[in-house]
Amino acid sequence: MPREGILISNPLERLSGEQVRQIHDASIEILNDPGLLCFNKKAAEIFQSRGAKVAGVSGSDTPCWTVKIPEKLVTGALDSAPKTVTLGARNPDNALIMKGDEPRVFFITGSETNMWLDVDFPTYVNKSDPGKEIKVPEFQPRRGMVADLCDSAHVCEHLESVDGYIRTVNIQDKDITGDNKDVNKFFACLNNTTKHVMSGLTSLNQLDNVVKMAEMIAGGPDKLKENPIISFITCLVKSPLQFVDDTTETFMEVCQRGLPIVVSSSPQAGTSAPIKEAGIMAQINAEVLAGITLGQLVNRGTPVLYGSVPVRARMDTLGDSYGSIETSQYNIDCVQMARFYKLPNYSTSGVCDTKIPGQQSSIERLFSDIVVTLSGPQFLHCAFGLLDCNSVFCLLQAVLDDTHFQMIKFFLKSPRINEQELETVKKQIREVVATPQKMFINYIRPVMRSGEISPPYPFEGDGDSDSVFALANERLQELRAKPVEHIDPDTTARIFREIPGLLPRLNVYKGER
Amino acid sequence: MSEDIIELIKKNVIQGRVTQDDEGIEEGMVGQPGVTELIKEALASDVDVSGIINKGLTASMEVVGQKFENEEYYIPDMLASAEAVGAAMEILEPHLAKSGVKPKGKILIATVKGDMHDIGKNIVSILLRGAGYMVKDLGNDVETGDIVEAVREEKPDFLGLSALLTSTMVNMEDTIKALKENGLRDRVKIIIGGAPLSQEYAESIGADGYGADGFHAISVIESLNSGDSLDS
Repeated sequence: MPREGILISNPLERLSGEQVRQIHDASIEILNDPGLLCFNKKAAEIFQSRGAKVAGVSGSDTPCWTVKIPEKLVTGALDSAPKTVTLGARNPDNALIMKGDEPRVFFITGSETNMWLDVDFPTYVNKSDPGKEIKVPEFQPRRGMVADLCDSAHVCEHLESVDGYIRTVNIQDKDITGDNKDVNKFFACLNNTTKHVMSGLTSLNQLDNVVKMAEMIAGGPDKLKENPIISFITCLVKSPLQFVDDTTETFMEVCQRGLPIVVSSSPQAGTSAPIKEAGIMAQINAEVLAGITLGQLVNRGTPVLYGSVPVRARMDTLGDSYGSIETSQYNIDCVQMARFYKLPNYSTSGVCDTKIPGQQSSIERLFSDIVVTLSGPQFLHCAFGLLDCNSVFCLLQAVLDDTHFQMIKFFLKSPRINEQELETVKKQIREVVATPQKMFINYIRPVMRSGEISPPYPFEGDGDSDSVFALANERLQELRAKPVEHIDPDTTARIFREIPGLLPRLNVYKGER
Repeated sequence: MSEDIIELIKKNVIQGRVTQDDEGIEEGMVGQPGVTELIKEALASDVDVSGIINKGLTASMEVVGQKFENEEYYIPDMLASAEAVGAAMEILEPHLAKSGVKPKGKILIATVKGDMHDIGKNIVSILLRGAGYMVKDLGNDVETGDIVEAVREEKPDFLGLSALLTSTMVNMEDTIKALKENGLRDRVKIIIGGAPLSQEYAESIGADGYGADGFHAISVIESLNSGDSLDS
């Protein structure tokens, strides 16, 4: 049985049907005028061969072409793109089945950050009262390493609300190069979680090695097709409206292999997209439709997710403001657009602007986590542990986020109201009203043990102090101590024999045989 | 026979089953005798009352307390078990004297004048009964004069006063003054409880103790009963 996710019975919608249609029409118009700038020759040729108007741009430093995509190419692609996408998993019980017309939400980690945030709890002594001591969390950023990626995948394997895993940290060990990064990051993830693994690709020349490794783990090429334990994410379109050469090449190669891929666009309202909601929506929708169209032209029927990571610019720095309210509005709009096309949606929530866990972090992430979840995206890249926009990852924050999502999932349970329930409670009310104490406490107990009552916040302090971080850190250490089902020894040996570039220290069986 | 039935009483107190209609915690217990049925059966079989209380009721509440400490049980479980013990003590009360069992004490409890809030007072009542005290509940919004008369008539060892509102907690001080005026203050230990109250307030109005919650209230009363310090 695949993972259940959480089905949103009445998804939150901001746009009327007419507004959805207006955005679609505007996007179709934008795809034709001005169209896109394409820096990838092969993609330009594919578009031209299928009826797009393609013209070379003179005077450009690098070769590029304008591509004006006609509506019929887009509608053909929307017809052929699968409406259900399965993201498999090493443990088939962790597979995710995403239907474009069903607002069933799965919560997934990511994105890739450069920095890893360690936490320590040094003791501080009160100057005026040396007998008084408190432990205060201190956060120390450092470059992410492959051991951190293993650690993160391991912990996320045990976080209940994490449905799938996008690599959370960029591996920057001295012995990691452009030629071995992909195989090591995919292996580190796959060996430490049995959930679905998604990642971007650093070097296209590593794609075949990554796919071969996944085939070995899945049990062969056909088994990988049935149970795609890995998937990819590419930002092939840079805003505004530009097909980037290398990521477009990677995208087309992945599409040819038929593995699931996210067509992701991340315009920033105010700089790389209009500041107005209508503008960023018409543009991001055009950019994603352009990518989906290319993918279907390359390999009709290739599984794609409508990927949206829109963000508003900060007015003080013109950097990203993932914590802004508008960012959540754009994401919810994108969920509606994807549902309009009946395509599974990759959406974003939980990214905060602040650099360390704390009140601002909790407020910003919880706000977007709740509202974007309510809109019903299928693949919610909900930034477990991410801080400082997309720059820093902190496992302690991921543990806190897991608690947030358990609360959100509980909130989204269906109402338990029916004739039988009402008969039962009417009887209870009559009985209790007739007693001198008039209390319903006796009826709590069976309900309490049925899972119908939400659990208390797990990191609650003693009332006089805030112990959230310390208690969450204890929980983190418990999760680290739990075992993980690694890839079996024979497959591991074969992977290390046949896949070049893997770091020997990642072989957990090294020395055992 | 007596050991068997005491063991069943113990089990049913731990399960928090007052009567045969109660569910308890384990599956399939509905229809089996609860604590009240078992106590009646034990009395009919001439089982020693002190054995019922010590080995059945008190021992089982110790188990319940341990489960609560271990976070296996929650307050509703504690209350259900305490209610079962309270129901048992009610049945056993007429048999205590001839069995040589000395009651732990008699407690009058009331929410003071002007205050309709009685959840806390009711919970404390259940817990006190479960701890083996005889509790007479005067209800809520009780006139000061009625409390004074009840103390005069019932001659309790303790008086518990409850208030939720800052506007009604002042009536606790009036009650204590009225008891003094009627020459009854020294006959009874007074414990107060309620959300806006504190140990400091209890001391300021001349109460003997303050219970921060139901469990604390019991420990305060136990301290007063044994003559220990009131500061705990």
